[in-house]
Amino acid sequence: MIAFQNVSKAYANNSIAIEDIDFKVTPGEFVSIVGKSGAGKSTLLRILIGEEKPSKGRVFFGAAEVNKLAPKELPRIRRQIGMIFQDFKLLDTKSAYENVAFALEVDGHAQDDIKDLATQVLDIVGLRDKRHNFPHELSGGEKQRVAIARAMVHRPAVLIADEPTGSLDRINADEIVKLLVKINELGTTVLLATHNDQVVNSLSRRVITMIDGRIVRDEAKGKYVLA
Amino acid sequence: MITALSRIIKYGIQIFWRNGWVSVATILVMVLALLVFHNLIIFNVLTGEVITLLNDKIDISVYFKNTATEDNILQLQDALHSLVEVKNVEYISQAKALELFRERHKDDEVISKSLEVLDKNPLLASLNVTAKDPRDYSVIASYLDDKNLSEVVEKVTYNQNRLVIDRLSNMVGTAEKAGLIATIILAITATLVTFNTIRLAIYSSKDEIGIMRLVGASNMFINGPHIVNGVIYGIVAGVISLIIMVPVILLAEPYVSVLLPEINLTAYFSANFMKFLSYQLLFGIFLGAASGVLAVRRYLKL
Ligand SMILES: Nc1ncnc2c1ncn2[C@@H]1O[C@H](COP(=O)(O)OP(=O)(O)O)[C@@H](O)[C@H]1O
Ligand SMILES: [Mg+2]
Repeated sequence: MIAFQNVSKAYANNSIAIEDIDFKVTPGEFVSIVGKSGAGKSTLLRILIGEEKPSKGRVFFGAAEVNKLAPKELPRIRRQIGMIFQDFKLLDTKSAYENVAFALEVDGHAQDDIKDLATQVLDIVGLRDKRHNFPHELSGGEKQRVAIARAMVHRPAVLIADEPTGSLDRINADEIVKLLVKINELGTTVLLATHNDQVVNSLSRRVITMIDGRIVRDEAKGKYVLA
Repeated sequence: MITALSRIIKYGIQIFWRNGWVSVATILVMVLALLVFHNLIIFNVLTGEVITLLNDKIDISVYFKNTATEDNILQLQDALHSLVEVKNVEYISQAKALELFRERHKDDEVISKSLEVLDKNPLLASLNVTAKDPRDYSVIASYLDDKNLSEVVEKVTYNQNRLVIDRLSNMVGTAEKAGLIATIILAITATLVTFNTIRLAIYSSKDEIGIMRLVGASNMFINGPHIVNGVIYGIVAGVISLIIMVPVILLAEPYVSVLLPEINLTAYFSANFMKFLSYQLLFGIFLGAASGVLAVRRYLKL
């Protein structure tokens, strides 16, 4: 469902972020992409959602070649790919519920649907009781749950998590990873970029290891080893 | 579609409020542009009226010698009537002229008395000629010149209002050009200010825009609210400028009615209120939407 074919990316300043990346992900997989900071993980994910164009190679999401899509076709792809980040990217002026509802509002969902869907996903991430809290009234882990709820509200085929535990303590990080596993078990493909060794080692799922923009290892039940 | 549209409008209104004082400043500049535009329209209407009024007061009078017979006069009247330029030829006989003269000076005893003493009517019979178009008077005047009429005609007076009117028209034309240039300059200024305000609004909502993109919002949801924001500036400025015009009209009214009793400014304004409102709104909306589209194109490349 996801395929990178010999993808390279050099930024304008000629720094090569990723080089000759080639891998496939099949539906239902849980794939960790590991590597030091600056290894090219975020670049790879941004290329997948069409936010960056690769300098070389081709990227497929389903039948669509992402980097060949017209700008107005991208929103449709992005609704099939949920994404979360280290810094949550929530709107401070909106409650948990409103943050999730916002994602549905801006693709023209009817008001009644929005209420049902948003309430449902907030239920799934365990935030039913805090749905009216604003981000500053939530812990880091709870904020990340809101972000996950928002990412899942379009029922995406893939959930991409870029350092989702980066700003969380151990306990909260474990909670979030458990939630990602649960989401994966319910049928969503998960791509997790992280440099948190404990998280990766606790998973015992497929691990792609990157060093200096290249894939150096791709193992079915991998561990976090950067050498 | 309706849902989408109402949401885009809702977001646009939110951006408008969030901009606070910047919105106020933007609206002020737009109001200024609209007021100048508005006054230009009223000025145009007023001066148009004045010129029509003055044009109605021009005529050519042909005075006949005492020796001229009524036949001579009626002949010339017919001849003048047959000219395409002529609208009307009024025959004022000697008796009629005297009657008019008496009427005009009925309060002046000296004149009335001295008229009674005269046994002969001292006034001349005349034809008053009015043209269809004020520019045609010269044609009529030269027609009268060409025809050798010195036998019967005492004199031809060409009311020199024409000169005044020409000068006035020129001045009005210049003033209107100046007004138009001022309107254009102010419209451009207003567009630039609004453009800049929308640029700021885009900048300050960049988190929101980033999230919209992330969650796959269609482009109209990202662009639309900022264009709506511009349109709101236009609508608010349009309404405010019209509200400002009401006291201006009321204050100007007494002065205008002294100079031009024929014109009732208030009545004119209220009769054309809806027209003014829609002009102002259209002009304002056009400015706002244009600024919005420009800013979005420039700063919200998708
Ligand atoms: N927008 C950018 N412009 C220029 N260089 C960039 C940009 N984003 C990332 N890079 C560079 O690309 C390389 C990979 O970065 P990134 O993909 O963020 O790695 P990671 O997510 O693994 O930390 C780094 O050397 C980084 O400095
Ligand atoms: Mg990164």
